[in-house]
Order: sequence, then structure tokens, then C-alpha cells
Amino acid sequence: MKESLEELREEFQYNKTNSCVQCGYCLPVCPTYVTTRIETHSPRGRINLVKMVGEGKITDLSVLEEPLDLCLGCRACETACPTGVEYGSILESARAALVKRKKFKAPVRLLRKTMFQNVFPSKTAMNVIGNTFWLYEKSGLQKAMRKTGIMKKLPYHLGEFEATMSQAVSPAERKQAPSKAKAKGEKKYTVAFFTGCIMDAMFHRINRLSVQLLAEAGCDVIVIPNQTCCGALHAHSGEIEEAKRLAKQNIAAFEQENVDFIVNNAGGCGAMLHEYDHLLADDPEWADRAAAFTAKSRDISQVLVACGGLPNLRSNPEERVTYQPSCHMTNVQKVTEEPLNLLKSISGINFVEMEQANMCCGSAGIYNIINYDASMDILDEKMKHTKATGASVVITTNPGCLIQMKLGIEREKLSDSVRALHLVEYLAEAAGIS
Amino acid sequence: MKVVTPSHIEEIKSIVKTGKVLTDESDRFSYSFDGSFGTFLPDVVIQTKSVEELASLVKLANREKIPVYPRGQATSLSGGPLPVKGGMVLDLSVLDDVLEIHEEDLIAVVSPGVLTADIHKAAEKKGLMYPPDPSSSHVSTIGGNLAENSGGPRGLKYGVTKDYVIGLEVITPEGEIIHTGGRTVKNVTGYDLTKLIVGSEGTLGIITKAILRLLPKPPASETIMAVFDSLVDAGSAISKILSSGILPAKMELMDQASIVAVENYEPLGLPVDAEAIILIELDGHPLALKDEIKQAAELCYLVGARAVRIPKNEAEKAEIWKARKLVSPAIVRIKPTKISEDATVPRSKIPQMCARLQEIRDKYNIHLVVFGHAGDGNLHPNIICDKNDIEEMRRVEQAVAEIFTAAVELGGTLSGEHGIGTMKAPFMEMELGPVGLDMMKRIKKVWDPNNIMNPGKIFPEKGQKLELS
Repeated sequence: MKESLEELREEFQYNKTNSCVQCGYCLPVCPTYVTTRIETHSPRGRINLVKMVGEGKITDLSVLEEPLDLCLGCRACETACPTGVEYGSILESARAALVKRKKFKAPVRLLRKTMFQNVFPSKTAMNVIGNTFWLYEKSGLQKAMRKTGIMKKLPYHLGEFEATMSQAVSPAERKQAPSKAKAKGEKKYTVAFFTGCIMDAMFHRINRLSVQLLAEAGCDVIVIPNQTCCGALHAHSGEIEEAKRLAKQNIAAFEQENVDFIVNNAGGCGAMLHEYDHLLADDPEWADRAAAFTAKSRDISQVLVACGGLPNLRSNPEERVTYQPSCHMTNVQKVTEEPLNLLKSISGINFVEMEQANMCCGSAGIYNIINYDASMDILDEKMKHTKATGASVVITTNPGCLIQMKLGIEREKLSDSVRALHLVEYLAEAAGIS
Repeated sequence: MKVVTPSHIEEIKSIVKTGKVLTDESDRFSYSFDGSFGTFLPDVVIQTKSVEELASLVKLANREKIPVYPRGQATSLSGGPLPVKGGMVLDLSVLDDVLEIHEEDLIAVVSPGVLTADIHKAAEKKGLMYPPDPSSSHVSTIGGNLAENSGGPRGLKYGVTKDYVIGLEVITPEGEIIHTGGRTVKNVTGYDLTKLIVGSEGTLGIITKAILRLLPKPPASETIMAVFDSLVDAGSAISKILSSGILPAKMELMDQASIVAVENYEPLGLPVDAEAIILIELDGHPLALKDEIKQAAELCYLVGARAVRIPKNEAEKAEIWKARKLVSPAIVRIKPTKISEDATVPRSKIPQMCARLQEIRDKYNIHLVVFGHAGDGNLHPNIICDKNDIEEMRRVEQAVAEIFTAAVELGGTLSGEHGIGTMKAPFMEMELGPVGLDMMKRIKKVWDPNNIMNPGKIFPEKGQKLELS
């Protein structure tokens, strides 16, 4: 396929690479540069590779594959960048351009299609996953499998991730999930709750607690039925069209109710919802509707703080608590203070800040499965700083981070003394909600 | 010069037992640039922490006449690490093992890959200070700072990198390891090779260790912001304060174009109708500071400052310095290409230099922003342009040449702290004269007979002109 340079420039967003002045301020905050020490795996290096494509100096596009695949997409570089380079947008376009040209082997192609088009966006399919996991745990199969050591032989190190799964929710409990909750006391806001796909399948309990906490803080909560996956995993993997389709479905679903906020509890999903306006900016029919959606999108910590916090939070003084922020919450949604404020509002809390807290944990969607070794190098760095805090509780605000931190705790053989929790779980504990 | 052949690569791999040898296209492109202009592909990029392996690589390069390009984290604004003739890039940022503070000797011993900011932090932990503070210090390596003799705002009171280096370990272009200077401040044994290597932009050897001098950290600091309706008055205020017996740590200037750019970028309540702002930082004993700050404020009013602000707490102080920090990011929002110059003039000539810069701006119809370390005459005239606009870039080339001429005519220099590298090389003779430049070339020839060490830098090639378009 011979293309003009003009077309390639358009497709790779070459224009956006020109705002990079190559000062290198992104280097010290980039997890893959810190672990590999190779410029090819830095934001400045990746932007330059895209620039070289736009200038016709790189013609074999496969040269970009590994450097772009190894990027976590944590976007810490955007926060560090003094000139406002839109790295996330360049990365997504470049990945989409590469995916378009790449000839995946047949089984991979089928797996991508199934996961991206039929599984994440389907409530039924995700429920099946959640229920299967429950059956697996309850039937004793989990114990049996763990005993056989077969887990260690699963591909993509899936066995290790299996060990991090939290307690499953039964199909009956899943069916009983409330679609509405009334504000306790005076009503402050009406909010719609965004359930997410993986969050709802694997962390159903956290979703239920989220709704309870929102009600506790003074929100009428609605769980809208026709919502779907946010599309983040698609967008990050170069499946932009599918991401747009899901965004439209969500926008249409949430337009049905007149609410103050659309609340999510997953940093990564929240970031995607926060950028629906960018995603659909060029679509005249959807641009305004997407902007209206984004304007209402909030992380749960923001809404809880806006409600004036939660009453009567009490912590166990024996515990020392640290916080691992979600990169997408920090660098995309720019929500940094609220989770800390909520934690610090817990009476008697022994909170210790982690060094390099804003460095990614290496989870990054499904990065830890696809780029296992690179991810574990990054996790090892993170665990070094986690251990230095001496904390027995590690708080996260995103399902991917939660699994990754649990895995880190397992790898360090600390599971007897340290636990990883979603902020919502810890707040519920402190509020005496089970 | 020879290109690197597959058999060279084999030999390189046999030498580098503890590090990495990168030859993939993606890696070669990733080491082809720095913070300045241009893309130059190296044949191979090598990372090793072993000084012996590095020396063997240089021996090989010298034998085979392969260009060698030492590199830190490539924040250079003058093209220092650009592999303009291909060959090998030695990535010294990985050589970062040693960072020792010896309080009793008031020195630090460091590897070249250590970040300058990490030296600052380590010294401060012991109540000491390493004064040179280039604004990229959280990214730049000390090796790069040494090679380029970097400055920074504190240059006014404390001088620049070379004033704090007393000893070096260097690999010569022939692959020998030598030690210069030592651990004493006083040392007059023979020629001062330490000072020759510092600022030689990697053309005379590879620094593999450095001994730095430290100072006790001043216990307190204070800030003043003075607003002027005239740029020339601001220049006079700077001379006035400096001749009054007060020596501030920093004196930074922002002209109207930079004030407006910052205000558009992030509204901080700066006076956009003022022609200039000066930011002053004084450091020392808190009791002395109390008096000096009052005196400095009075002097500003005396030469016509329309307002003087003294921040009351750390938060207000940070707010004032934020304005200066935001100049660089703010100005690139106007147009994508930034040509950052660092021509420097004697302090007393700052008002004249400001006037010359305004003339040049109007004559070539360019977007010129002036800010920088006014206290030591090291202004940063920045031209904001678009490298895709060839006609504009031609005008920029002429304007840059005229800025250099103005600086030299006023008794100043082409470069205060960024280095000569590639872009300023054509102007060397203008400042040094033919004999002065020839003496430098002869030194280079003796140190590096095969011209393998960072070739293409400092010295202009025949007929070389400034080319931005």
C-alpha cells in the first residue's frame, strides 16, 4: 500500500508532534524509560518516531510497533510536559494506524474481535464471566486447581493473576443489584452510576458499595440499564471505531435521565468518559451530546467530597495506609486531591504518602497480560516504594491497579500482612458499611 | 570517516560484556536528536557502566577512525550530543553509580550519568549546596553540564559549572584514562586540564567521573518583583543594584512579550501593560536579608519602578517564580518552533542590548521574546517561528546572525551557557579572530589526532553557514 506523505501525516497526527521541543522533561516520569533506560521507550523517543514517519524518514512502519506496544499509556508525560504535547492523542492515532495495516494471525484476529466486539461490551457475556468465576471459586475447583500447580502453567501468566481475584459474587446476589438508591437525609444531588464492564463482572461488590456510599453522602442514585463498556480498552488498542460506537451507546443511555453527575469508580474508565468530547469532536451529530456527557462525568471521590464527605469515618489505628493513585485519574481526569481528602477525613487514620506515588504500577488495562515482563519490572519498582512506607493497606481507585497491586503483594509474599483495597471498600469499612 | 561495518559491530559486542549494543532502526532514530535542531542517525548506540569497556571502545574508534558521540540525556540546546557524522553514540546516562558527598572536604564525587538535581538534593541533605542550577537540572546529567559548562540563574552570584569542578577522570580520544586536578581547591600543578575539558563540548574526551566543590547552603532567601514601564529603566535598575554592594543570587528579566505570553497561557495577574518585570532573589543570613531587601526595593523605585512587590510567604514566593518558569512553555504556544539563543553581554550593556534586540525584531519582522538571567548579562532572546515556513526561517537566520553580531560588538559573547555545538560554529571567527580560533583548533588536533571525538562541533566546516530552513 503506497500512501502519500500527506495522508500519513494526517493519520499519524504529525502536526501534533511539532509541539514537542524535545526538552526531555518527560523522561524521569516515564515508567518504561525508568525501567529500560532506553530512549526508544520514552515519550520523547516515541513522539520522535511518529515525527520521522511524518517526515518520510521512516518508511517501514513496523519499526514503531514495539516502542508503541510497550507504552503503558499512563500519560504521566502529559502532566510533566511544559509545552502541552497531546501525547495520548498521538499515541492512539499511531496505534490505530498500525492496527489498520497489521496482518494479525487468524487466532489473534478472532480473539481480538471476540473480546473487543462481543465480550467487554456485553452485559450478558461479562455476567457469565463473573458467574463462572463464582462457580469456580465455590465449587472447590479453585482450591483444587491451586493445589495441582496447574495455575503456573497457564499462558500469559494468567495463573498469577488468578491468585489476585477478590471474593466472587453469586449469580443471585448479582441479580439483586439495586437499580436505584435513595439519598440518606437531605438530598444533595441526583447521580447516575456508571458500572463499567470489568468492574461489574469482577468487582461487583465494589460497585454495590459505591452506590451505598453515594446514598450515604446524600445522593439519589440511578443505575441506568442500557449502559455498556466505556471503550477505553478499545481506544488504547487502536480500535477507535468500536470505541466510538460504545461511546455513542453510553451517551444515548445516560441522556434518558436528567442527573447532576454521571459517577464512575474506575480511574481508567473515568478518563475515557472524560474524553468522549475529544473522541467525538469531529462528528457533528454527536459532538455536543458528547460534550454534555463529559461535563457531567465525575469520579466518585469528587462527588463524595462535593457532598461534604462522609459522616463518622473511623479507621483501625493499628493499620498504616498508603495510596497508589490511578494514572488516568491523575493525568487525564486531573483528580488528585479528593481521594486524599477523603482518606484524611477518616478519624485516627495513620496515612503515609508513597515516594514516586504518581509513577504507574504497570497494570495499564491489559498491558500486564500482554507485556508481562515489562509490566513486572515496573511493578517491582512500585513495590520497592510500597514496602518502604511500611503500610498494611494499599488504596487504589481503579480495578486494573487493584489487581496489579494485589499481584505485587503476592509476588513479594506479603499477602499475610498487606492488603490492597479500592478506596470505596476502605471508606465503606471506615463507615461501618458491609 | 569510516562507516561502522558489521565486523566493527562484532568487535563492539565482544568489548561490551556488561551493557547493551543497540542497532535497531527504532533505537538509532531515538538517539538521533537533542533539544536543538536536526536529526542525525548514529550507526550504533552503546550503553555500559564500565569505564574500561568505554576506553576500549574509544581505542577501537580511534584505530578505525569511527566518530564517537558522548551523550547524557540529550537536553542540549546547541547540538552537543548530535551524531552529525554517524558512528557510535555512547549513552553515558546509564553510568550513574557514584554520588558521594564528603562534608569534611566540602566536595562531591559523581558519575557522569547522575542527574544534576540529585546532586542538589544529596548536598542539601548535608546542609550544603551545589550552586549551578540549569533549568533542566531535573533531567540533565552532570556529564552534559560539565561538557557544556552549563550555567543557570544563580550564575550571577555563584558562577557556572566550571567554577565548581576541581577534578576529573577522562577517557582521552586515544582511549587512555587520565585524572586531572584532584580533591583540593588549591592546585597549580601544571596546566589546568580540568578547566580545558569542562566546556569543551565532548570534543576532547569523555568525562567518566568528576569531583565537585560544594558550599554551605545559605540559611534563607527573599524575593522581590519590580515592574517597569520601560525596558531601559529595568536595565538601569539591574546595574544600580549590582553597583550598590548587594549581590543577589538571581536577577531575572521578563519583557512585555513574555509577560503577555505567560498571562495568555495561565492568568497570574501579571501587568500586561508593563514593558518589563525583574525578579530578584537574595540569599544569606536572615538578618542581613531584611536590610538588603529594603535597600533593593528602594533602588528599584529610584530608577522608576512603577511597583515593587515583596512576597510575604513561601506560597507567594512560589507564585512569583512560577511566572518566570512559565515563559518557555507559554511562548511555544504562539508558534511551534523556538530558537533559543543565549548571547551574553557585559552587565552594563544590558540596556543597549535590549535596544538592539528591539531593532532586530522590527527589521526582520520576527516574533522575538526576551527574558533570562539579566543580572549576569545572559539574556535569552528567543525567536518564535514555524520551521515549515521557509520564507520566515530565512528571516530568522538573518536575525540570529545579527543578534550574534550585536552581542560581540557590545563586548559580549555568542554563548553564555548553551554551548557552540553546530549552529553557532559559523560565527566563531567573528568573536575569536582567525588566530584565536586557530589556537583552539591546534589544541583539538593534539588531543584528538584522528578527529574522532564529537566531530562536527565548535569548529566550522569550510563554507558552513547557519541553516534553519
